Amino acid sequence: MYLLYSLILIVIIILVGYIGAGILGWYTLFSIIAPYFALGVFIVGFIYRIVLWARSPVPFHIPTVCGQQHSLPWIRSDTTESPHTAWGVVSRMALEVLLFRSLFRNDRAEFRQPQRLLYGGNRWLWLGAMVFHWSLLVILLRHLRFFVEPVPGCITFLQYIDGFFQWPLPSFYVTDILIVAALLYLFCRRLFNPQVRHISLLSDYFALLLIGGIAVTGILMRHFYKVDLMEVKRFFLGILSFNPVVPEGIGTIFYIHLFLVSVLLAYFPFSKLMHLGGVFLSPTRNLMNNSRMVRHVNPWDYPVKVHTYEEYEDEFRAAMKEVGLPVEKNE
Amino acid sequence: MAEEKLKKPEEMFEVSLTPGTGDWMEPSAGFRKGTYCYGAPLKHQKYLDLPNQREWQPSNEDWKLPPDWKETILEGMERLIKRHRSFRLFLDICVRCGACADKCHFFIGSGDPKNMPVLRAELLRSVYRRYFTPEGRLFGKYAGARDLTEDVLKEWFYYFFQCTECRRCSVYCPYGIDTCEITMMGRELLNLVGCNIQWVVEPASNCFRTGNHLGVPPHAFQETLGFALDELKDLTGIAIEAPINRKGAEILFVAPSADYFANPHWFTFLGYLMLFHEIGLDYTWSTYASEGGNFGLFHSMELAKRLNAKIYAEAKRLKVKWVLGGECGHMWRTLHQYMDTFNGPADFLEEPRSPVTGTRFENAQSTKMVHITEFTADLLYHNKLRLDKSRNDQWKITFHDSCNPARGMGLLEEPRYIIRQTCNHFYEMPENTIRERTFCCGSGAGLGADENIEMRLRGGLPRANAVKYVKERHGVNMLACICAIDKAALPPLLEYWVPDVGVCGVHELLGNALVMEGERERTTNLRGEPLAAGDGEGDVR
Repeated sequence: MYLLYSLILIVIIILVGYIGAGILGWYTLFSIIAPYFALGVFIVGFIYRIVLWARSPVPFHIPTVCGQQHSLPWIRSDTTESPHTAWGVVSRMALEVLLFRSLFRNDRAEFRQPQRLLYGGNRWLWLGAMVFHWSLLVILLRHLRFFVEPVPGCITFLQYIDGFFQWPLPSFYVTDILIVAALLYLFCRRLFNPQVRHISLLSDYFALLLIGGIAVTGILMRHFYKVDLMEVKRFFLGILSFNPVVPEGIGTIFYIHLFLVSVLLAYFPFSKLMHLGGVFLSPTRNLMNNSRMVRHVNPWDYPVKVHTYEEYEDEFRAAMKEVGLPVEKNE
Repeated sequence: MAEEKLKKPEEMFEVSLTPGTGDWMEPSAGFRKGTYCYGAPLKHQKYLDLPNQREWQPSNEDWKLPPDWKETILEGMERLIKRHRSFRLFLDICVRCGACADKCHFFIGSGDPKNMPVLRAELLRSVYRRYFTPEGRLFGKYAGARDLTEDVLKEWFYYFFQCTECRRCSVYCPYGIDTCEITMMGRELLNLVGCNIQWVVEPASNCFRTGNHLGVPPHAFQETLGFALDELKDLTGIAIEAPINRKGAEILFVAPSADYFANPHWFTFLGYLMLFHEIGLDYTWSTYASEGGNFGLFHSMELAKRLNAKIYAEAKRLKVKWVLGGECGHMWRTLHQYMDTFNGPADFLEEPRSPVTGTRFENAQSTKMVHITEFTADLLYHNKLRLDKSRNDQWKITFHDSCNPARGMGLLEEPRYIIRQTCNHFYEMPENTIRERTFCCGSGAGLGADENIEMRLRGGLPRANAVKYVKERHGVNMLACICAIDKAALPPLLEYWVPDVGVCGVHELLGNALVMEGERERTTNLRGEPLAAGDGEGDVR
């Protein structure tokens, strides 16, 4: 059901872009107002969410430790999975953010007869996630060529590597293929894995379809409904210099692509996609395992009612004295 | 009683991990007998000044909630969100990738989809979205939001007392989302309207009053200690002393109270006493701080702090230099990750230093509390103890990492080192089930009651299954662990799933192997079982 609704939503968004820009010709709305608005929502929203998280106190020192602690000098401690130095935390976070370390651990529990519970390796999710996120990053970087002049050498080089196969013309990008494949995998997994299907919300399908829509319209634009790239670049440079001009003679497909991106940007801060920023702030991952070495202070700590030794002795003094246990007050 | 109606293991093993097609947003708390715990008794609610005091049971239709319960919960939620970054973040960033789903021992053992960590958290998230996010307010169900109703509250109770806060899912989560935090917050909220269980509140109340969960008063503690010393005299011929409440000792020793009351904990207790005597440790027991465990942690941060305060207070009163702690799981989560924050700074203590080897425990330089396996491993490394490994030869041993020492501390090698030094036969369980990936016993976080035995057995299935593997492969017949709840929960669990595998503490193994100055020849182990045949002298070192 959720899948159907999110499909409908995506279709509506595409239709709005198609009708608005392609048929009605509201170019100013779709090429200038919507992107500016979306970018504004994205920037303000993203910063707001991050600041809100970052300013929330971390009252207790709660790293999830995944390796040997630093204790006795002759026991080799795991400096990454149980970091006791700042560098250890940096390496742990780097592994987590760049290589999805925790997802790499994934396995699958399965029941077999007779009475066997087995754990099989299950790194498909890790692979799908890696391919998707890294492709997305490369694609974003590639797009920089539309936003900066002159195009930095490293971007050109990246573009060259990505389009290495040089076939057909214009050459397809490896990451375009990979991201579509990865999205397809993630989508099918959500749909056909009964556990994941059970937990999926509308927003889970929506995010995948939205990004998928962007990828597909992008590919269509490059290979099938070609658009004037020089005009696209002129347009973006105008946007970025706050001197926007309505582009001329770019195909409708460009507007659909741009509108989907605008929707994504505006949606981003309200969605689970914020894990992009949140992953860095997770207290179970970004704290050192030095809880007994350095005192962690709770900023909202308050005094609590305790049962003092005096109260305790008052209750049990007679009995304690009878068996010869030492007491504080000897009356 | 409940045991009679229990399914056979073969039947219990029939679990499907494929959820049905139903919508999880429909609240569904079964409260089927055997799966939930009884409510907290009025007497103990009163003793601890808890809110909404009344007699009640989760199975009752009417939970006697206060009229403004909903506002109370929502205000509480807002407060927790503002106070804990973990809570706010974990409510916000889950992408529902499902990597955690089959990592939970309760999901694996029960197949109940709401025991998937992701859905356990969604139970709170759905309410958070409804009242605290714009998309939830606007789009309701379509944004994954749902109203807070009494049925939702009951569902919270059911599932937040079906989580042992073991943190295994947190290891696998790409963002480190920790269901333990979620469960803790869920329980904090339930407390606000007076919904907690007997097995948590009663020990906490006992501990507040008498200093330990079992409610042992000081004179009874002394008597128990006396029994232990008598038993050791019979076994070794040595008259051991164990000081209580002695001022000016160098070290205060704090153990979980089960060690001096329950079985097989008792033999670990004997092991401590033998060790301390043998190295001539200048230490003391305390009756006021006669509990290292902290059932407050399973209730609320505030109650955890109230109970934990005794340890530093007693260390100060007795003017010791530092504190040594026994074998216990959640006790060490509290001591390692919370105590210094709760009740520190412990600036009246000194940096712990082993009086025998001179080793400084720099890793405990602020909290000033050392884990006994750290202490003992250091002794063994420096050859300070004479051992006869063959006294443990009747056992083929495996080691169960207890959740909290493993994922809360990273205490992995110390106990293994002691086991290797004191036993000849040690076999590890499969790597997916040990160390940071260890499976819970299924009874932690206050769920070790009798009335929820079915759920405990289900939760213990993955652990038991791994034990079965090493039993069949290597003939393992003893499981060593360093947690008092494990020692209480695993014997019936293994009896059910893997008969003929015993449970012991690491310091029981040490006590068996320890060759004491002036001891008589041992013919039995600490349990009174005859030692395995052999010359027995062979590998003394």
